[in-house]
Amino acid sequence: MNNPYLPYPVRIDSIVTETEDRNLKTFKLVFLDGNHEKEFAYIPGQFAILSVAGLGEIPIGIATSPSERGFIKFTVNKVGKVTSRLHNMKAGDVMGVRGPMGNSYPWDLLEGKNVLIIGGGFAFTTLRSSIVYMIDPKNRSRFGNIDVVYGARSPGLLLYKDELAQWERRSDINMHITVDGTDDPNWQYNVGFVPVITRQKAPSAENCYAIICGPPIMIKFTLPVLTELGFPPERIISSLEMRMKCGIGICGRCNIGAEYVCKDGPVFTLERLSKLPDEY
Amino acid sequence: MSDIYIAKSNFRGVIERLMGRYRVCAPVKNGSSHDFAPIEDPSEADLGFRNSRLSPKGIFHPQAECMFDYNLAGEDPQAGILTEARKDFSPQVVLGIRPCDAKAFRLDDANFDTDSLKDPWWVRRREATTLIGLACDDPCSTCFCISMGGGPYDTAGLDVLLLDTGEGYAAQVLTERGKNTLEATSGWSSVPSAISALTLEKKAAAEQRIGQAFDPAILVQKDMIELFKSPIWEEVQFACINCGACTFLCPTCWCFDIQDEVCADKGERLRLWDSCMFPLFTLHGSGHNPRSQKVQRVRQRFMHKLKYYQDKYNSGPACVGCGRCVQACPVNIDIRQVGRLMASPGCSCPA
Repeated sequence: MNNPYLPYPVRIDSIVTETEDRNLKTFKLVFLDGNHEKEFAYIPGQFAILSVAGLGEIPIGIATSPSERGFIKFTVNKVGKVTSRLHNMKAGDVMGVRGPMGNSYPWDLLEGKNVLIIGGGFAFTTLRSSIVYMIDPKNRSRFGNIDVVYGARSPGLLLYKDELAQWERRSDINMHITVDGTDDPNWQYNVGFVPVITRQKAPSAENCYAIICGPPIMIKFTLPVLTELGFPPERIISSLEMRMKCGIGICGRCNIGAEYVCKDGPVFTLERLSKLPDEY
Repeated sequence: MSDIYIAKSNFRGVIERLMGRYRVCAPVKNGSSHDFAPIEDPSEADLGFRNSRLSPKGIFHPQAECMFDYNLAGEDPQAGILTEARKDFSPQVVLGIRPCDAKAFRLDDANFDTDSLKDPWWVRRREATTLIGLACDDPCSTCFCISMGGGPYDTAGLDVLLLDTGEGYAAQVLTERGKNTLEATSGWSSVPSAISALTLEKKAAAEQRIGQAFDPAILVQKDMIELFKSPIWEEVQFACINCGACTFLCPTCWCFDIQDEVCADKGERLRLWDSCMFPLFTLHGSGHNPRSQKVQRVRQRFMHKLKYYQDKYNSGPACVGCGRCVQACPVNIDIRQVGRLMASPGCSCPA
């Protein structure tokens, strides 16, 4: 019997500091045993539990796409004990990963559809996974137009800046990068909050699904915009966060009503959420 | 194997023979109450109890258990890599468990042992264990097992059910595992016919003493969001002090925490009982807490037991009516009253 609590040992291959406040770092991890990489077969939208022996575990969205081979990446915000230790670790250090966990974005439903991705702040990790997955040459023809609205408070707080610049240059994905404000005279993208930019730039809701991840305040003000644009609740998809321990629907803490965010989520349509208690 | 009869004068010998083959857990007197514990001598097993103070869930899901060991010393090539802690999964017998607690394990199985995910420690302990139950002839005033679909002579989840006949025990052999376990012993005979009639009488008498609490089936029909938003929760939560006693005593409260503990270079990853009564249970790293208020936590406990579980697993409630939470609550919150409030038409103000 496989022990779902036992982490796969991984080595930190490299660490990138993503933001100017140095609170977000991306960890590139390599499995010590190549077989574990095969067992860890994941789909964009899933998450994993990162394990640091001596401190504990944290649930973090998988930032890489299954189309990227040989490593997995996680972008981690420094908030507590485990994440602070992670931020002090260095390339070569050994840690653990359990997973993959949870459902994923509904790729079967998204097939043949236009996709609008809306992200805010550091909740862009599984969205990065999804973008890389969709624009992979093997997958790109499975989807219609792809629009991305991604905002942060300032240019220095955007994640994955090199990739954002690359995607801006591509013709098969429409990027709408924005910041709440900036004093950088060379800023060449949008200035404005995500809901405002969404209203200006979003494509037609026809044949389109919206995936939205971000801070609660952004989601709160963007959902009415999507509704106004004609997105029905079953075509608005979001990913939730909860305090988790086991990650496999057993330890009992991450429920919303009868659903466990770790196992039945973390991805929910607005329609499904509307049938659950408002406790998240 | 048909039912058997064990004279009380032979019972010590039966336990001894079980102990020769199995680890045996039995109710052991602990101060003024009883708790299930491994026994080293047959005389420690005391079946003259009403029910144990703690539920026997710790036999399969210990209050604290080491999941993994690791070394943190830098020079160790395995430093920081977790390995499974050694555990004893040798065959064991739980003797004298009450029908309600045996039924609770079945309800807990829905959480720990699913088609897609299995908790390896729970499953292996369950597989290694024979449950020899003891029917209740002296139910407490707080018992309401019948309302929850069980009963004082209920056999669900048991391998053997013992019925106290005064001079001895009539044993109903319910499963293959129960049969194999009893065949490892001797000192029993077939059940005298007079005793069969007596046990039927005693069963009826015990059932009569257990009151009706509320009908959990009504809660299946209720709308989850309406129940969630009902004003009853303000009333129910008023006296609660979030001590968590109910959750620790409950045989169907399985929630746990995972924590690392380190001493010098040696570390352990532990699994520890946790409780939805505690604010830390759901506190995010960001400081956000979806259940920061007491009313939310109290509602979670009752909604989970009586509504969410029924909806999720298409079954009865995650409550067996053992009444431990009713007995132990320091402010007299009574799940029977809460269930009645939840089931009441309109589910509005308390009667």
